[in-house]
Amino acid sequence: MLRKVLIIGAIVLGGAQVACADDAVDPKAEFKAFRDYFVGRFPKVPFDDFVNGPYSMDEGLRKQWKDIEEFPPYEFAVDKGKEMFAKPFANGKTYADCFPNQGIGIRQNFPYFDAKSGQVITLELALNQCREANGEKPLDYVKDDMAALTAYMAFTSRGKRFDIKIPDDPRALAAYRKGEEYFYTRRGQLNFSCASCHVQSAGNHIRTEVLAPALGIMAAMPIYRSEWGAMGTTSRRFTTCNSQVRAVPLPPQDELYRDVEYFLTYMGNGLPVSGPGARP
Amino acid sequence: MRFGLSIGLMSLAGAAALAFAAVASPAEDFKAAYAKAEAASQQAASLKTQWTTTVATLHAAQDAAKASKYDDAVSLAHQAEALAQASIAQAREQASAWKDGVIR
Amino acid sequence: MASTIRVRAVAGADTTEVQSLIQHPMDSGFVKDAAGKLIPPHHIEVVRFEHGGKTVFTALWGPAVAKDPYLKFSFKGAKKGDELKVSWLDNEGASDSLVAKIQ
Repeated sequence: MLRKVLIIGAIVLGGAQVACADDAVDPKAEFKAFRDYFVGRFPKVPFDDFVNGPYSMDEGLRKQWKDIEEFPPYEFAVDKGKEMFAKPFANGKTYADCFPNQGIGIRQNFPYFDAKSGQVITLELALNQCREANGEKPLDYVKDDMAALTAYMAFTSRGKRFDIKIPDDPRALAAYRKGEEYFYTRRGQLNFSCASCHVQSAGNHIRTEVLAPALGIMAAMPIYRSEWGAMGTTSRRFTTCNSQVRAVPLPPQDELYRDVEYFLTYMGNGLPVSGPGARP
Repeated sequence: MRFGLSIGLMSLAGAAALAFAAVASPAEDFKAAYAKAEAASQQAASLKTQWTTTVATLHAAQDAAKASKYDDAVSLAHQAEALAQASIAQAREQASAWKDGVIR
Repeated sequence: MASTIRVRAVAGADTTEVQSLIQHPMDSGFVKDAAGKLIPPHHIEVVRFEHGGKTVFTALWGPAVAKDPYLKFSFKGAKKGDELKVSWLDNEGASDSLVAKIQ
């Protein structure tokens, strides 16, 4: 009966894996292995190019993207984000008051582990925390306004390299570990993990899409997806990825999603911010 | 089914009624099947491994029952339960299997 | 209020290449909203490019063109510094226009 309904993703596990019963977490070693895997598998891709996702994997797609980048579809969102960012709250304060360097050129520092609250703070969460601290209602994580704000903040940070830290704090290590577990766990009726597509099948097609490698996959966020006809946040992408494999998504910016973002962004350390991005 | 007037026959009939559950009303059949499916679905939800198809099939079962299509409804409820059980099995297996995929 | 039109025109040896991006919902009229109601059609019907008093390109659009449409074309007879006028009109009677210098 179970076999009738369980559709097992026919993705063969590739790469070198050693099934150790290993519970000591070594992010630095895992970071190196992660990066070496992708660099080794795609030797012709210049390191910085990994942030361009599918365009680093497919020449034809890349040409179309270069054309689109002459008049990027996310321009309108960036302009809107700039206006929103500058507009003061009802109490006279602005977003700039909540962030270092007035909020300019800081995208590469997110997400980070906050020792005080013991949780991972993403850019989206920080923006809503800023709003609520100043008496404003939080923005919907999957809608256009949040996407416009994060698009603007990514735009001002282009080229800056990610350097996510995992402090010597068991809670931070636990967050990294939980994010890693989520990334590699198969879910949904289609039984795919994030790794099924973005590690094992990176560079291959799924229907008409070319799959982006997991290395640097957070660097282009937020993204304007032609499929959406709109700018979309990290939250939007995580929740839709879940429903696409027929798994009921977590609530946007759920602690587990933030842990995943923490893990994935850390794995892309050294790569530059390329957001906001344009994707098919 | 023949119901006799004597106690003996009545108790026999009673036992028969219990044994042949198919004779119970289709609506009750559905309720029992749905309750099982819903319980499994809720367990999957608590494990955060609910499948969208489980939820959709449960809804479809309810809709069929509302339209008095009880055969369909029971079948859908059974399907929903199977989907929920599969998602629970997936979660249990993945709890340790995920480590096999980590790039080392 | 920023214009809805973005245009870049670059004069080459022979032809001028024009790219434009116009901000517009381009609702086809066939899509339903979350409540199940049809979103009424709201899309650009005509886009016109004018140079030296003449129309060099006309686009007649309808429900099949997607949101925030991008357009690219080339034409002859212009040089750097000339003016190019872009204007659009939609089915609700709204319009916008922009004059840009050819680079």
